Amino acid sequence: MAARGCGGVWRRALQRGPGGSCSASRPRRAVACNARGGAVPVGQSGLAPWVPVVGLEIHAQITSNSKLFSGSQVQFAAPPNSLVSFFDASLPGTLPVLNRRCVEAAVMTGLALNCTINKKSLFDRKHYFYADLPAGYQITQQRVPIAVNGSLSYSLCIDNKMSQMVTKTVRIKQIQLEQDSGKSLHDDARSQTLVDLNRAGVGLMEVVMEPDMCCGEEAAAAVRELQLILQTLGSSQAIMAEGQLRVDANVSVHHPGEPYGVRTEVKNINSIRFLTKAVDYEIQRQIKELENGGTVVNETRAFDSKLGCTVPMRDKEGKQDYRFMPEPNLPPLILYDAKSLPANVNHQQVVNIDWIHERLPDLPSVKRAKLVELYGILPEHSFTLVNEDGLMEFFEDVVKRTQMKPKKVIGWILSDLLSHLKQHSLTANESPISSFLLADLLNLLENGDISSSAAKQVFEELWKGEGKTPLEIVKEKQLELIQDQEELEQICQAVIDEREKEVMAIKEGNKKVINKLIGLVRKATRGRANPLLVKQILEKKLSE
Amino acid sequence: MESLGVAAKWRRPGVRCGAGTGREDGRSGVRRRGVGRHAARFSAPAALKEGQITPTELCQRCLALVRSTQFLNAYITVAEETALKQAEESEKRYQRGQPLGELDGIPIAVKDNFNTAGIETTCASNMLKGYISPYNATVVQKLLDQGAVLLGKTNLDEFAMGSGSTDGVFGPVRNPWSYSRQYKEKSIPRSDSEPENSNWVIAGGSSGGSAAAVSAFTCFAALGSDTGGSTRNPAAHCGVVGLKPTYGLISRHGLIPLVNSMDVPGILTRCVDDAAVVLGSLAGHDPKDSTTVQDIFQPFALPTLTDVSKLSIGIPKEYHVPGLSSEILAVWSKAADLFKNAGAKVVEVSLPHTHYSIVCYHVLCTAEVASNMARFDGLEYGHRSDMSKSTESMYAATRREGFSDVVRGRILSGNYFLLKQNYEDYFVKAQKVRRLIANDFVKVFGSGIDILLTPITLSDAIPYVEFIKEDNRTRSTQDDILTQAANMAGLPAVNVPTALSERGLPIGLQFIGRSFQEKQLLTVAKWFEKQVQFPMIQLEEVKKHDDGVLQHQKSASFS
Repeated sequence: MAARGCGGVWRRALQRGPGGSCSASRPRRAVACNARGGAVPVGQSGLAPWVPVVGLEIHAQITSNSKLFSGSQVQFAAPPNSLVSFFDASLPGTLPVLNRRCVEAAVMTGLALNCTINKKSLFDRKHYFYADLPAGYQITQQRVPIAVNGSLSYSLCIDNKMSQMVTKTVRIKQIQLEQDSGKSLHDDARSQTLVDLNRAGVGLMEVVMEPDMCCGEEAAAAVRELQLILQTLGSSQAIMAEGQLRVDANVSVHHPGEPYGVRTEVKNINSIRFLTKAVDYEIQRQIKELENGGTVVNETRAFDSKLGCTVPMRDKEGKQDYRFMPEPNLPPLILYDAKSLPANVNHQQVVNIDWIHERLPDLPSVKRAKLVELYGILPEHSFTLVNEDGLMEFFEDVVKRTQMKPKKVIGWILSDLLSHLKQHSLTANESPISSFLLADLLNLLENGDISSSAAKQVFEELWKGEGKTPLEIVKEKQLELIQDQEELEQICQAVIDEREKEVMAIKEGNKKVINKLIGLVRKATRGRANPLLVKQILEKKLSE
Repeated sequence: MESLGVAAKWRRPGVRCGAGTGREDGRSGVRRRGVGRHAARFSAPAALKEGQITPTELCQRCLALVRSTQFLNAYITVAEETALKQAEESEKRYQRGQPLGELDGIPIAVKDNFNTAGIETTCASNMLKGYISPYNATVVQKLLDQGAVLLGKTNLDEFAMGSGSTDGVFGPVRNPWSYSRQYKEKSIPRSDSEPENSNWVIAGGSSGGSAAAVSAFTCFAALGSDTGGSTRNPAAHCGVVGLKPTYGLISRHGLIPLVNSMDVPGILTRCVDDAAVVLGSLAGHDPKDSTTVQDIFQPFALPTLTDVSKLSIGIPKEYHVPGLSSEILAVWSKAADLFKNAGAKVVEVSLPHTHYSIVCYHVLCTAEVASNMARFDGLEYGHRSDMSKSTESMYAATRREGFSDVVRGRILSGNYFLLKQNYEDYFVKAQKVRRLIANDFVKVFGSGIDILLTPITLSDAIPYVEFIKEDNRTRSTQDDILTQAANMAGLPAVNVPTALSERGLPIGLQFIGRSFQEKQLLTVAKWFEKQVQFPMIQLEEVKKHDDGVLQHQKSASFS
C-alpha cells in the first residue's frame, strides 16, 4: 500500500539519475532499473519495479517549564550543565516524578492525531551505555504507550504545481513519552568527550509513523503537517534547527507482491529539506545496491548534508539488546475521562482527557477550511497561508485593514510578498513590509489613487525598509493617477495626433490597435493614467 | 521504655558516681527499665525534659560507646562533629522548653546506603568510597527535622547485597552477642591455642551494622533497608526489633536502591514501642517518591493488649522448611502455644507458592540490580578508572575496579535474565509467580487471619569462619528464604527478639501483617514482646570500656 499514488514524485527523483530516461507512465508501477542504475520501462527488461517504503520516527521535545521527571528548567542554549538536577545527573537514590504538563501535551497531541488515548500506560527502562545517558537507561514507554492507532492527513502537490494537490494519510502507530538524552561533544584533538546534561531528561514525545510513505516529499509533507499541528497545540515548538523536532527515517525497497526489504534507519536529519534529500538518496542507494547484486544491511546511517548522501554510523555498529524492563519507580500512568473521573478528586492530581479534548485549538486542516470559507480563496492558497510561518496571520491582518477583497489580497500576499520573502529567506514575521504598510498600499490601489503598476513600484520601495509610508513614496515619485480629466484628454489628443497610421487602422475596423494607443498614453504618463479611463477617452475621441 | 533505662543509667556514673559503681547502678537501671516498659512510649525525651541528662551528654555517651565498640565494625563513618552540633541545637530547644518531638536529642545511626548531605555515603563499595551526597534521603531529613542526632553511617554488605554484613569493602560486622556474657558462658570452651577472636558470630545482614549499633547501645534507633530480609535478619541475630514497613508507606527517596520494587527503609530499635515512634516520624507520602501512597498517615501510640482472644494467628506450614534448626522450630511452636494459651485462635495456614518465592526473588532482584547499577560508570560521581583508551574501556575498568565479585555476579545474571531472548522465560515468569505469592497472602488474610507468625532465620547466628565457607549467593538463598516473601508481597513484617539459643545467641520470630496495618502488627508484636521478656545483652567488652553500665543479671525468661 505504501507505493500507491506516489509515482509522480518518485519518477522525477529517478530521472535525475544517470541515463534517466524513464517512460513509466502508470504511477503505481513506479519504475524498474537496469543494472547500470538507469531506469528502463517496466516489462521490457523483465525486471519487476521497485516499491520504496518509508516510515518515520519523530522525536518532538515537549514545550514545558520543567523536565519530564525532574524540576529542572527546560531552556535552549543555556550555559552547559546549568539546568541539571540531582535526578538528571542520576545521583544514586534519586527517583523520577512525572511532570503533569508533559502528560497533557502528549494527550493533546494524541487527540490531534486521532489516536486512542490509553487510560493506563506504563514506563519502561531501555538500557544502553552512553556518556550523555547518565543513568545507563532511558525511561520510555515501550510496552503500553500513552497513545496508539492514530492517523495524520497531509497534502502535497504533484509536479510542484500548486494546482495539483493530493491528500494522503499516514497511520500513527503510537506516541510515547520518554526522556531526552544529554549532549556529548567529542573533542578529537584533545581526545576527550565533553558532556552537557542540560537536555538530559527533557520530555520527548516519540511519534511513530507506519511505513505508509514512499518518497522524500511525502515524508517531508507529513512532517511539515505534524510540525504545524504541534506548534498549533503548543505541545512542542518543533523547530528542527534547534533539535526540538528530530526525524529518523526507516527506508526499504521491495518488489510489488514481495515482503518488505531490509530497512535502514537514517538519522541526523535536521531540516525538512534534508529529509526529502536523505530519503530519496537512501531509496536510490538501496535500489542501486540491489541492482548491482549487493544487499542492504540493517544499519543506522547518518545523512551528510554537505555531501547530500547517507553514510553508515560507526558508533551504532553491532546489535544492541536494550534489556527492557518495567520502570519500578513509577506507578502506571492513569488518565481519566468525564465518565471515569472519580468524585471528590483533586483536579490538580489527575489528567482528564475530555477536558483537554474540549479545549483543543483549531488544527491546521480546520484553519485552512475556514480560510477558504471565510475569504473565498482557493484551497491551495489556504495551504500556503497555513504552511508558511506567520503568513496566515499576516494575510488576515492585511484583510482587516483594507477594503480590497481577500481574493485580490491573496495575490499580493502570495506572488509579491511571499516571493520576496523566499528570495531573502525570511518569514512573514521578519518582513520589512508590515501588514499595516501593505494594507495602506492596497488601499491606495483599491481607491484608484494609483495604478497597479505604480503599486508594484511602491512595493519595491517599501521592501527597502526605509521607513516611508506608501503615500509618501507615491508623493515623492509622483505616482498618483492623473485625476484631472482635461489633462488626460490633452495627453490622449497628443497621442492621436502623432499616430495617424494607427488611428487609420482603428477607423478601418481594427479595434485591437487601440491597446497600442493606450500603452502609449500610459508611457507618456509614466503609469499614472487609469487605463479604463484612457480607453474611454480614446474611444470617444476616435469616434468623433 | 528501654531508652529511658539506658539514659538514666548513664546519667549517674557519667555525672556523679564515677567508675566502680557501675554494677549497682546497672542493676537499678534494669529495674527502671522494667518500669519504663510499662510506662509511656519513648520516654527518653522525658529524661531529657526533666534534665536528668542533656542531649549533648547523651550524644557524648553514645559516641564514647561507638569508640569503645569499634571492634564490632558497626560504623563506617562516625560523624562526631555534626552529631555534637546537632545535640547542641537540641539542647537549646530543650532549654527553651521547645523540643521538636519525641525524637529530639535522640542519637540514631543510619545504614550507609542512605544519602546524607555532607557525610560520606559509601554503600560499602569501592565505587562510592569518598562519595559525599549533596542531599539527604527523605527519611534522614525527617529524622533530622525532628531533632534526632545522627551519629554516623553503619556498615553493610556492598550495596546491601548479602545476608551476613560480611561482604563490604570495610570488612565484616561482628555481632555484639559474640562478646556477651550469655554467649561466652554457653559456648564450648576453646583450647588455649585457638585465638580468642575466632569464635565471633556474624551480625546478619545486610543491615548488620545498624543492628549491631542498636544492640551494642551505641544508639537508640537505626535505619536499615529491607529488600529480602535485610533489616529483619540482622535484627534477629542481634536481638533487636527490626521492622520492615509496608511497601509504599515510607519514602525510598535517597535510599540507594537494590531492588526498587521491594526496597523499604527498615527500622531497628530495642523495643516495639520505639519502632512505632520512629515509624510515625517517617511514614507518609513523599512527593519525591511516586510509589509512596497518598493517604495521610496518622502516627499512633501502641495500645497495651490485655486480651488476645479475638486474634487469629496464622502459622504458615510452608515456613517449616528443610534446614530449619530444631531449636528455632521449638521456639516457634512455643510462641504459637503462648498465643493459644492466652486465648488467641492459632490456625495452620497454607501459602502454597512460598516454595517458588526465593528463585523468583533471585531473578527479579538481579534484573533490577543490573539496571540500577548501570549508572555507576565513573562519569558523574564515584570511582573512575585511570584507563583512558576509550569511553567503553573506561566504563569497563571502572566497574571492574569499583564493584566486588558479588555485585558483578548479580549484574551479569540480571542482564542475562533481561536479554530479549530470555525476558519472557525468566523475568515475566518471575513476575507472574510474584503475583501468585502476593495472592497467597491476600487469601490467607481474607480468610480471617490477622497476623502470620513464622521463623525468620534457619538457626541462630553462626561464627564468621563458618559463614564464609559458602559463597554469598548460597548464603543469601538460605538466609532470605523465610523473609523475602513479605517483600515480594510488599507486606509489613517485624522481627521480635524471642529467646536465647543454647549457645546464648538471640532467636527472633517474624510477624507478618496486612498491608498498611502496621498498628495491628506492632500491637501484637508488643504483646508478644512483653510475654517473652527477652533478656538484655550483657556486654563484657563494653563494660571494660564504659564503666560497666550495661551488664544485667536477667536470664532468658522464655526458653
